[in-house]
Amino acid sequence: MNYTFHWLPAFRALPEMLAGALVTLEIAVLSMLLGVFFAVLLAVASGSSYRSLRALAATWVELARNTPSLFQIYMAYFGLGSLGIHLDSFVALLAGITFNNAGYLAETFRGGLRAVPQTQVRAARSLGMGQVQAFRLIVLPQMFRIVFYPLTNQMVWAILMTSLGVIVGLNNDLTGVTQELNVRSFRTFEYFALAAVIYYLLAKLVTVSARLMAWRLFRY
Amino acid sequence: MSIEIQDVHKSFGSLEVVKGVTMTVEKGEVVSVIGGSGSGKSTLLMCINGLEPINSGRILVDGTDVHARGTDLNKLRRKIGIVFQQWNAFPHLTVLENVMLAPRKVLGKSKAEAEAIAVEKLSHVGLAEKLNVYPSRLSGGQQQRMAIARALAMSPDYMLFDEVTSALDPQLVGEVLDTMRLLSAEGMTMICVTHEIAFAREVSNRVAFFHKGRIHEIGPPAQVIGNPQQPETVAFLKSVL
Repeated sequence: MNYTFHWLPAFRALPEMLAGALVTLEIAVLSMLLGVFFAVLLAVASGSSYRSLRALAATWVELARNTPSLFQIYMAYFGLGSLGIHLDSFVALLAGITFNNAGYLAETFRGGLRAVPQTQVRAARSLGMGQVQAFRLIVLPQMFRIVFYPLTNQMVWAILMTSLGVIVGLNNDLTGVTQELNVRSFRTFEYFALAAVIYYLLAKLVTVSARLMAWRLFRY
Repeated sequence: MSIEIQDVHKSFGSLEVVKGVTMTVEKGEVVSVIGGSGSGKSTLLMCINGLEPINSGRILVDGTDVHARGTDLNKLRRKIGIVFQQWNAFPHLTVLENVMLAPRKVLGKSKAEAEAIAVEKLSHVGLAEKLNVYPSRLSGGQQQRMAIARALAMSPDYMLFDEVTSALDPQLVGEVLDTMRLLSAEGMTMICVTHEIAFAREVSNRVAFFHKGRIHEIGPPAQVIGNPQQPETVAFLKSVL
């Protein structure tokens, strides 16, 4: 091995990379918020009495879970682009990850909903609560605990998926910034190792804060 | 003031489980319902507060037709407390919060009022020491007493008990029955579906024997349990005593 490590330039670029990490986090958080929103709609739609709604939800979930997320992002950018719908890189990446998140989370929510026993609703109704009240006060809080860890897993997954933005030309997220630096200097190992550490820390930040939150929220 | 059950039929699909039951429970009465499993006793109880729809007949609670269109079931259920075999504690709420929830959210009481009611009812069932623990930390008997307090917190006029001791370890049955004895001594109107024959004999004004979806015998405990007339009642009592 005759490669000489030059760590200094990589560390000098740290502020730039951290700014990229912020964009990464921004996309991940947005994709989760939107993902949860669409997942709830999908979960509701999949229990709907309208056939077309059920079919739509099923197709979404099937595609999101059984095709590479790379393709999903690619389709949002180049696929829609060839149909004349031009999204910018940021939006295309966000749309791709949101699509993926919603597909996975819809199944998580459906399972969570089913895991709360029907007898809990019965007990709530017997105390005079309406259907909506029973759902909000009894089912939802219990379901939230059930889906909490899958939700944090998906958040970590979303952070890591943002690195795929580089294929649709995103250049200001962590991977984009790293790639630009690499092209300029060819210190590939150093830059990508440092970026990997930052991704690792971001993911850890999510799991650790989720654990703290769970400890605070779920005392039972 | 009464619960009037008039020729009620109830089927699950093609299986008819309640086949024409007529019975009136007056305010202040304690009626125990005994009979083999699958005889329709629990189902009838669920029909009384509208948790299960009926196929024909009528159930009147203080003159209100439970299953009529336009009956506000949420409002009606405030005066009919029910305790289930599986106590159905709300696991995400403390004992105190379990009991406070419905008075606050259904009756619109203030937090302080609801808490005062809950503390009173929980003390009444002997759980004053457990206010701030979660149900998972309670024994089955304690959870069941909590469920009784939760129903009582709505100040119901009637209490329905659906085999409330059936899922309990034998040594925990006594504490729950004691709580029910206390309620009957206070004049609460109660319908108890139960397998505790000795308890039924002791606290009930009347006992109804259910068999295959019908009431085969109803009357004072001394008669139905002490001196049954129907061969089915005799056979059932022989099998459980």
